Amino acid sequence: MASLLYPLTICLYLLNLSAAVFEDQVGKFDWRQQYVGNVRFAYFETQPQSPNVNVKKLLVATENNIFASLNSRTGDIFWRHVDKTGPEGHIDTLLVHGQDAIVVVGNGRLLRSWETNIGGLNWETVLDTGSFQSAALIGVQDLVKYVAVLKKSAISLHYLSNGHQKWVENLPDSDTVQYQTVYSGGNGEVFVLGVVPHSHIVVVAYSIEDGEILKQTSVEAPWMSSLESSCVVVGPGVLLCVDPVTLSLYTLPLQSEESTEMNQILLQTLDLEVASGFQPVLTSTQPNPARPPLSTFFLQLGPDHHILLQLSDGLIAPLRDFSPSVLVTFATTGDRTVAAVMTPKNDTACSVNLFTVDSGRRLLDTTVIYHMDPNGGNPIRLYVHAFLKKDDSVGYRVMVQTEDLTLTFLHQPGRVVWTREEALADVVTMEMVDLPLTGTQAELEGEFGKKADGLLPMVLKRLSSQFILLQAWIAHLWKLFYDARKPRSQINKNEVTIETLSRDEFNLQKMMVMVTASGKLFGIDSKSGTILWKHYLKDVQPNAAFKLVIQRTTAHFPHPPQCTLLIKDKDTGLASLHVFNPIFGKKSHIGVPALPRPILQTLLLPLIDQDYAKVLLLIDDQYKVTAFPSTKNVLQQLQEMASSIFFYLVDSSQGRLSGFRLRKDLSTELIWEVVVPAEVQKIVAVKGKRANEHVHSQGRVMGDRSVLYKYLNPNLLAVVTESTDTHQERSFVGIFLIDGVTGRIIHEAVQRKARGPVHFVHSENWVVYEYWNTKSRRNEFSVLELYEGTELYNSTVFSSLDRPHPPQVLQQSYIFPSSISTLEATLTEKGITSRHLLVGLPSGAILSLPKMFLDPRRPEMVSEQSREENLIPYAPEMPIRTEWFINYNQTVSRVRGIYTAPSGLESTCLVVAYGLDIYQTRVYPSKQFDVLKDDYDYMLISSVLLGLFFATMISKRLAQVKLLNRAWR
Amino acid sequence: MALARSRYLDTFFVLSTVTLLFWTEFGDCNNGRRSSDGMDTDFSGFSIPLEHSFEVDDVPRFRGRGTLQLRGGRETSVSLSQIQLMEEDRNRLKDVAAVDGLYRIRVPRVSLQADRQTERQAEGYLTAFVRACSVVESHLSDVISLHTDVSGYLIGVSIVTLPGACHGAEVEDEIDLEAFNTTISIIGPVNAPAPETARFIERMEQEMEKKGKNPQEQKSFFAKYWMYIVPLVLFLMMSGAQDQSGGGAGGAAANGGGR
Repeated sequence: MASLLYPLTICLYLLNLSAAVFEDQVGKFDWRQQYVGNVRFAYFETQPQSPNVNVKKLLVATENNIFASLNSRTGDIFWRHVDKTGPEGHIDTLLVHGQDAIVVVGNGRLLRSWETNIGGLNWETVLDTGSFQSAALIGVQDLVKYVAVLKKSAISLHYLSNGHQKWVENLPDSDTVQYQTVYSGGNGEVFVLGVVPHSHIVVVAYSIEDGEILKQTSVEAPWMSSLESSCVVVGPGVLLCVDPVTLSLYTLPLQSEESTEMNQILLQTLDLEVASGFQPVLTSTQPNPARPPLSTFFLQLGPDHHILLQLSDGLIAPLRDFSPSVLVTFATTGDRTVAAVMTPKNDTACSVNLFTVDSGRRLLDTTVIYHMDPNGGNPIRLYVHAFLKKDDSVGYRVMVQTEDLTLTFLHQPGRVVWTREEALADVVTMEMVDLPLTGTQAELEGEFGKKADGLLPMVLKRLSSQFILLQAWIAHLWKLFYDARKPRSQINKNEVTIETLSRDEFNLQKMMVMVTASGKLFGIDSKSGTILWKHYLKDVQPNAAFKLVIQRTTAHFPHPPQCTLLIKDKDTGLASLHVFNPIFGKKSHIGVPALPRPILQTLLLPLIDQDYAKVLLLIDDQYKVTAFPSTKNVLQQLQEMASSIFFYLVDSSQGRLSGFRLRKDLSTELIWEVVVPAEVQKIVAVKGKRANEHVHSQGRVMGDRSVLYKYLNPNLLAVVTESTDTHQERSFVGIFLIDGVTGRIIHEAVQRKARGPVHFVHSENWVVYEYWNTKSRRNEFSVLELYEGTELYNSTVFSSLDRPHPPQVLQQSYIFPSSISTLEATLTEKGITSRHLLVGLPSGAILSLPKMFLDPRRPEMVSEQSREENLIPYAPEMPIRTEWFINYNQTVSRVRGIYTAPSGLESTCLVVAYGLDIYQTRVYPSKQFDVLKDDYDYMLISSVLLGLFFATMISKRLAQVKLLNRAWR
Repeated sequence: MALARSRYLDTFFVLSTVTLLFWTEFGDCNNGRRSSDGMDTDFSGFSIPLEHSFEVDDVPRFRGRGTLQLRGGRETSVSLSQIQLMEEDRNRLKDVAAVDGLYRIRVPRVSLQADRQTERQAEGYLTAFVRACSVVESHLSDVISLHTDVSGYLIGVSIVTLPGACHGAEVEDEIDLEAFNTTISIIGPVNAPAPETARFIERMEQEMEKKGKNPQEQKSFFAKYWMYIVPLVLFLMMSGAQDQSGGGAGGAAANGGGR
């Protein structure tokens, strides 16, 4: 009987827990932004489109192993292919011909052809092993038919139409010669160029038809170290190289039979001067792979100095000198090729102009002004899309890529059509900050903050603030009235600007402060996803680690909110601080302490200075403590509090965890030490609890009405180790629960036959972790819960120094049918709402898994008491239900982190998942118990109320009449 | 320094004499989670020193407090022999307690597996602390736990006093602060449970069997439980309608109760 009630009880739970969105709610509370990452290759689709398809495309391949097509009118993604991360999916090169995009992936592992309109795969070929060098499209008789792939020791030719290999040939002397470039001028030959550094160049010509070596020459070039960086092919097959030492150009006709020596042309003879210490760079263009390159080329002589040169009959003639010039590029439309040059105009703007390639003449009316973002980086690459206008003149559009990975697409004369912030594809850490109150709200708040100065001024103050409120209300009404008269289409309700930012009623709209790996900071409105501010930190190392702390929230008007970003160089450990206002993104003028020594640990104390900023302690490698801010007030408070400030350090290389206590003079003393031998197991992660977490109930009510009290130690650390022995029988994962103040090991568990990567969450009185079971070959979840027992030791305060009894530890494990990418728990304002775990799956879905399913008290056998307690009977397998996916079909690619923040509503938790994409939504783990539904029937309830009211009135009247009548009787 | 060293030697001298005297009183300290399983035949026991430090200036100067006697075997058992506190130490302990100083202990990093003793020599110490006032107020009764890792290597030591709080109670040092009353135990890692599939399947099978035995139970699900299902369906329909208005509140209460 009882056993058959299981399914029923489970059914009931599931009905309660299902939290899927309705169709009409899609996109109402959530948004997703998709990114592609740092662009390495970009091509504009040059092929004339069929007349009914009036959309221009931009093909990009990025550092993040993504190949995508962007709409060049809006910047939206048409389609996107996300390949494997790491070197396996690395895109080596991208070649575009017509509707086909040829991509070489994974250091020459795969050759793929994509159809660019819909992003379908034409064909894929597995290439022979060997490290990839270069690839080129090969044309015969004005038709591009093949693609040549040059590897370290072989060259292969593939048909463009189906990917089949036409021929493959081993390269001669490939153990000594470094073959680097492949070139074809469309005349039936493929040239492979190799170099023996500081000795000679090798030129091998293959026949396109059968791969036969037609010619093999070697030319003396003792000054050359690399072909790729110093040589290009210009004109009718002339190899042109630049030597930075002798400051001269060398030419070598590839086709001619007798050439055994390169022709040297000193730059001096051309009146050219190279900036000192600069390696000159050559740029040429080959508009059509079936024809030889143009004879015009650029030579870069300095960081902002380019010159356009022309090679004719072995002689080089300068066409035009561009000084200063930041970036140059060639662009081709039809049979016309132009040179685009970006020159700095003033400090904040650059202009782009077009020049003819045959004479270097400036084309009229071709100026595009590019305004540089003062909070952005410098432009690093220029992509030009040229097209022929109706009057046969050349028009063009420009895409500028900057250091901070921003893509800006401009039309003439400088209209920004769209920008993409590709830095957001690599978010490292984030925080959510409450928005400030509106001016009127702040005015009212300010009234309470000020000191009372007599009765009359207070009354006047109150009156004035009430008047301001009235004014604001009338203005609001006026605006409503005004808007109502306008046609509906003109009202843009979602418009968010930095001026109109203010906290909403339930604090559901917040500012997302995101820190990206490139060192660019973003402030994003959580409701709409609009980027409200951005700030690029120029001197951030590529391998820097970031830590973002909120020192002062918006609650302390008129003090502005304050965030501090700690930027730490991973190699040297040296750190710097960036202090800013999270609402406007402006750098704060507060003086930051100099940090001459590597920083080991940071600690945000609950202490506040007189300006309500929390104190940040920075501990350096000599265990000295620096306080920020370090005013007199703070130092005095620190001295008073010193003996109760403890912190811990982790040295994972030696497996050492050590605890320190602050001394009055801001030095520290070692007070405990735990050493987990690094030869056996390695510490992989240490997590404390979140500081802003609230736990509402101190215990759980059991079936017999007694209370099981939770062990709520705010200082508890969860330490996860992995065994160094990776044999599947002997590998294990260790879980240590250590008190961060006393160093006491509260619990030590070993998960046998388990392996990482371990994802875990530590919250309230529980730790949930996920690992790979090597024996059963599956992912498993395990939950640890800590209880004090049925009696509390000290119910008023918790002190780590005074909890002599170890807690009871309960643990249970479950099978999870998927691997996971990241794990986080929901967080609400007061902690009344039940908790859910948010699991980022590799499929891109985010699963909201009720914590109720991860409860070590789930009974094996159902009893009356367990049913009373609402415990679900134990089942070894954890279900994944599609209605638990909070992001329905909005998958988040490569999800790396999930951030949760409480809102003003107890039922609601704000969630941001970030990875390649960013997804923001709200979750209601216990449903919206404190909010009326959208479709709540106000009419019904008010008519019922009114009806009842009138019914009461009438019946009262009737009763009175009746009473009166009775009295008369 | 010389003075400190002579004192150090002094304490060791006292130790050797007092240990025998107090052996019976303090020897049975092994009532931790793992009890000795009477493997007294294994005489490969060894000892490690337990040191403590309590200084008014809070600069640790460790002196011997006792010796941990370890007996190897399948389950390592431990016993502790300790010295009495001298007059001078008692006074200093009270002084330290008065300034809210720390009472620290330390043990060397060793392997508790006797056979591995030779492999690895001590390379540093593991330290722990309690507030000195709680040591005084608990009348020197404390619980020391030695934590080991999977290979029996000592990774941490912890000390708590019973009771743990400091109330500022007066203590008579002659009677209360002479001898330690210590409970010592070795705690190794607990094996975390794996998902219990076997028992779950067993239980399911039992249920199936039960179902098979009872012919009455062979009736279809609906035939048997229509009296539950009809109200449930009705309830669901009602709650579905209720959802339009304030149904969420009920769901929240149910969920909230489950925490």
